[in-house]
Amino acid sequence: MKAKFASVPYLVWIVIFTIIPMLLIIVFAFTSPEGSFTIANISAVGRYTDVIMKSIWLAAVATAVCLLLSYPFAYILSRRPARQQQVSLMLIMLPMWMSFLLRTFAWMTLLEKTGLINRMLGVFGVGPLEMINTSGAVVLGMVYNYMPFMILPLHSVMMKIDNSIIEAAQDLGASPMRVFFRVVLPLSFPGVSSGITMVFVPAVSTFIISRMLGGGSNLMIGDLIDMQFLGNAYNPHLGSAISLVLMVIILLCMSIMNQFDDDVDMEGAIL
Amino acid sequence: MNRHKGLSRAYTAVVLAFLYLPILVLIVFSFNKNKSRGAWTGFTLDWYRKLFTNDMILTAFMNTLIVAVVSSIFATVIGTAAAIGINSMNRWMKKSLRTLTYIPIMSPEIIMGVSLMLLFVFLRTELGLPLEMGLCTLILSHITFNIPYVIFNVLPKLRQMDKYAYDAALDLGCNPWQAFYKVVIPEIMPGITAGFLMAVTYSLDDFVISYFTAGPTSQTLPLAIWGQLRRRVSPEMNALSAIVFVVVLALLVAGNFSAIRRENRDRKAVGR
Repeated sequence: MKAKFASVPYLVWIVIFTIIPMLLIIVFAFTSPEGSFTIANISAVGRYTDVIMKSIWLAAVATAVCLLLSYPFAYILSRRPARQQQVSLMLIMLPMWMSFLLRTFAWMTLLEKTGLINRMLGVFGVGPLEMINTSGAVVLGMVYNYMPFMILPLHSVMMKIDNSIIEAAQDLGASPMRVFFRVVLPLSFPGVSSGITMVFVPAVSTFIISRMLGGGSNLMIGDLIDMQFLGNAYNPHLGSAISLVLMVIILLCMSIMNQFDDDVDMEGAIL
Repeated sequence: MNRHKGLSRAYTAVVLAFLYLPILVLIVFSFNKNKSRGAWTGFTLDWYRKLFTNDMILTAFMNTLIVAVVSSIFATVIGTAAAIGINSMNRWMKKSLRTLTYIPIMSPEIIMGVSLMLLFVFLRTELGLPLEMGLCTLILSHITFNIPYVIFNVLPKLRQMDKYAYDAALDLGCNPWQAFYKVVIPEIMPGITAGFLMAVTYSLDDFVISYFTAGPTSQTLPLAIWGQLRRRVSPEMNALSAIVFVVVLALLVAGNFSAIRRENRDRKAVGR
């Protein structure tokens, strides 16, 4: 059938607007402003090792907290009647439809020195605490913004765990702990690994959360890239090199996570 | 067992409170007289009034709508055609194209934004295309990240479709175009609409990619918000958040209701 050719415009589009731009990042990363080949940009990234390590660390902590908070939530939800599950899922997704910036802004107003939390603590004679512009605030912002990305894939996997399997394990004499570690956890693993990717990738590459909640002292990789492309430090060659490093980190994370599950249906996870 | 139930209920409530409290605080303080957000000093609608007379915000809002609608229309057309093409390919080609389509979804936004910015600069300086950063580059970028959502909404509908329906239409005397319009399109329409709506929402909400591809002159709403936040946080932003939240809530509720109504109608149709 000739239907195949219907995808030609898309192929052209993806070549121009996805593949060529990615190649441009690689080309820029390995050339000097004069256009000759160089690895100076890549080696210059070494100067920012501490920022890169800190980004990975903050994103990892946020991912872990997300997982710990979301896992019980998703499990509880998956054992409820279908109608309740639907409503709860909508409640989880509703904040996601509100501008990311405004959600982070909400935390700014809460954590500020004269913000609501400090004022309430003040009533009890505590504080004011130094909450904003700390790495803790950055982690909090990440957890808050990306938690739905953890809950949704976890829930979509757990929903499919049949209650009778759990009951069978109980009937056969397994303790609650054993039921959890031998039945529920292994069955939910695909959800765990796709949840980790879906939280870690945006968390490690953010520059909004670190800028708004981290003050100047909690720079992340995203901030570095932003500074090289739109900031005072303008140097797209160095910026491309940093972007390349970020891509490598993310590909590493994704391939590690892919080791654990052979074929997660991503369509379900993004919709 | 009962204690268990209470505990899990409490936990669910705490998580939901964590997700909603900040938004609620934001909305409540959009009615606050005082500029500082710590203390409640009285009810006012001033911030809403100021918001609707703020030219910068209003232009940005118009830009956002234009970019979202135009880019989603293009993305829907290109994406639907692509899905039809992908659906008729052999397994190997299907798989590699699906992988390609995941790239814009899975790669971090900042990488997409930066790479598109490099492309537009490259096209202008090296190839001499008259492509100034502005609405045009914004729309091109938004089409790029919207197409995958359309494809992944339309593909499942194509898979569910009866393979022989198209051939049957041809046998019954349709020409290929008629068969396409009268049989294939109505079958996959729910997927196309869902893809279009998803593209619109992602486009309305996008900040990072727009940030790198908008240039200095044309702002979308998220970019305007960012500009405001960087200078000094004003309660107008609270008012704006409140409006966005209520509109989205209304849309979701309406969508949910129409879904339920459709379900009921389908059930009746089956019953008959």
